[in-house]
Amino acid sequence: MIAFVTRRLLLGLVTVWLISMLSFAIIQLPPGDFVDAYIAQLSASGSTVSAEEAAAMRQLYGLGQPIYVQYGKWIFRVVQGDFGESMEWRRPVTEVIGDRIWLTLLLSFSALIITWGLALPIGIYSAVKQYSFGDYAFTLFGFIGIAVPNFLLALIVMYFSFTLLDANVGGLFSADYLLAGWSLGKVWDLMKHLPLPAVILALGGTAQLIRIMRANLLDELRKPYVVTARAKGVAERKVILKYPVRAALNPFASNIAYLFPYLVSGSIIVSIVLGLPTVGPLLVKALIAKDMFLAGTIVLLLGVMTVIGTFISDLVLMWVEPRLRHQMD
Amino acid sequence: MVEPILSVRGLQTRFFGTEGTVRAVDGVDFDVYEGRTLGVVGESGCGKSVTARSVLGIVDRPGKVVGGEAWLTRADGSRVDLFRLPEADMRKVRGREIALVFQEPMASFSQHYTIGNQIAESILLHMGVDEAAARKRAIELLDMVGVPQPDRRVDEYPFQLSGGLRQRVMIAMALACDPRVLIADEPTTALDVTTQAQILDLLRHLQQQRGLAIILITHDMGVIAEMAHDVAVMYLGRAVETGPVADIFARPQHPYTRALLRSIPTVMAKPRTRLPTIAGSIPHPFNRPQGCAFNPRCSESLGAVCAAHEPPAVTADGHEVRCFIHGGQP
Ligand SMILES: Nc1ncnc2c1ncn2[C@@H]1O[C@H](COP(=O)(O)OP(=O)(O)OP(=O)(O)O)[C@@H](O)[C@H]1O
Ligand SMILES: [Mg+2]
Repeated sequence: MIAFVTRRLLLGLVTVWLISMLSFAIIQLPPGDFVDAYIAQLSASGSTVSAEEAAAMRQLYGLGQPIYVQYGKWIFRVVQGDFGESMEWRRPVTEVIGDRIWLTLLLSFSALIITWGLALPIGIYSAVKQYSFGDYAFTLFGFIGIAVPNFLLALIVMYFSFTLLDANVGGLFSADYLLAGWSLGKVWDLMKHLPLPAVILALGGTAQLIRIMRANLLDELRKPYVVTARAKGVAERKVILKYPVRAALNPFASNIAYLFPYLVSGSIIVSIVLGLPTVGPLLVKALIAKDMFLAGTIVLLLGVMTVIGTFISDLVLMWVEPRLRHQMD
Repeated sequence: MVEPILSVRGLQTRFFGTEGTVRAVDGVDFDVYEGRTLGVVGESGCGKSVTARSVLGIVDRPGKVVGGEAWLTRADGSRVDLFRLPEADMRKVRGREIALVFQEPMASFSQHYTIGNQIAESILLHMGVDEAAARKRAIELLDMVGVPQPDRRVDEYPFQLSGGLRQRVMIAMALACDPRVLIADEPTTALDVTTQAQILDLLRHLQQQRGLAIILITHDMGVIAEMAHDVAVMYLGRAVETGPVADIFARPQHPYTRALLRSIPTVMAKPRTRLPTIAGSIPHPFNRPQGCAFNPRCSESLGAVCAAHEPPAVTADGHEVRCFIHGGQP
């Protein structure tokens, strides 16, 4: 068990390192560098940058050097906890990302809780009452949930809350708190804003998880051990919750691993539509501006989070699945 | 005459599928007595397992018991018809008065809980004791069925045990609340010959010790000869012949029973001779033949009468048989 955990952690470290190299290389792939992008941006607004100025900027950020030298310098500083300075914002990367990373995590976690909280009971209901009216209704809801893109849903919700409720949904804070420092009032404000985007983000995944849970549970319900439990005189509700549901839980654990990366990269459009202060939109901007250090740091963070998420999901899986636990030893 | 512990009359169970209704069990009668074993034998698909589940009221949907009675004599001497018992009372019969042992010990256990947990479950449910006492009893039960190191094994998971041990644990689980009737649905089919003999020995031993009434479901006439006191031969949802084991083996009355007995290999047979088989194959339960269900495969068919009418039960040579060659009015 301990050997397994250490092995997984070391493997995770190697994975993160590989991710950092790959992401650095990929960000470099498109022609041009930050200075080119910067010049293009300025000329679009009418001003120009002199050749000397450009050279000085390249010098400052070390952009003229071969890519492996740039990577080496960057990663050497990253290991020491210095993520460099964002070229576009001219501020330390950590400061630019700031609270966004925690807000993204909070949003992921809320979406995960909502996904589980809805998918578990609905999946159980749909399987146990297969072909009932409720099952058909949830199936319909599920296919709509899978088919409708999140951002469209976000737009619809925004439209109706604006026209019907005269409320402006969007963002995670109201205007008063947007720039204010953290206080009890701001936390409360966040709590009030959190549910709606969390639900919108959770919906697609929920619909999918319901389908998986229903299919798994239908399989499990037919297994002989369910008959064994009934033959012991256990009440039907307890039979189902204790045995087949337990056996069908695995997908819930695997869900943890994918949620965070999904939330950052898969839901950028929703975040932009809803004006969520998460990492996703920041990454898009950084990539467009070829802001190396900011983009690199975000991708690196994503990698770390994915590795941690996978690790946690493996631990949860081992907890729900005794057979896995025993294969370890 | 001793009263049977369990007396089933005219049991009918049907599956109402979308493509039609399957008459899985279609009029089965049998009696089980304290300290005796009733062997239920018949080809695959003839309704043995469904009969067992019907008695306990745990037939899977879309199946339903549609007719018949199952009279259980309780410990206090009162008699109840299980098919008219409310669900809540029926739950007190399951595991407490009638327990089941299944064919596949691996699939019949949940792999997510320890065997101790699964044994203790019915103890906690029926015996009104606390968890420590239930665990203690689980260990005693494991010891009783011959599981070595029961105090260690109790915390293991089913996948950590061998097939033979698993079936012993299954028996321990069934006996957890001292039931008076044990239904064993092909308890040894998945096991090798040596283990099979051990498990049958164990069942016999437990029966002698506790006066257990056993319904032993099998398609193996050899197991019947070794274990059963009484036999019910089933064909396509019916008990076609019932009686004491010695009678059935010495003087089988139904053509199907005779055919079954002819198909058992014996050590006396000349080597490399083909065993006789029963001609034809079992009809699909959807298109059950008119009249006697065995008629299309029967070598002793009387023709028109067998094809048109269901034979009623008649007594021939001391036991009950459903066949027109022994008389009976259509
Ligand atoms: N869930 C079900 N749905 C529909 N039909 C069923 C179902 N379970 C059993 N049956 C039908 O009931 C009939 C009897 O099945 P049963 O399992 O009792 O046979 P069996 O005698 O136990 O056979 P085996 O020796 O293979 O265990 C079968 O022909 C089958 O078609
Ligand atoms: Mg069977």
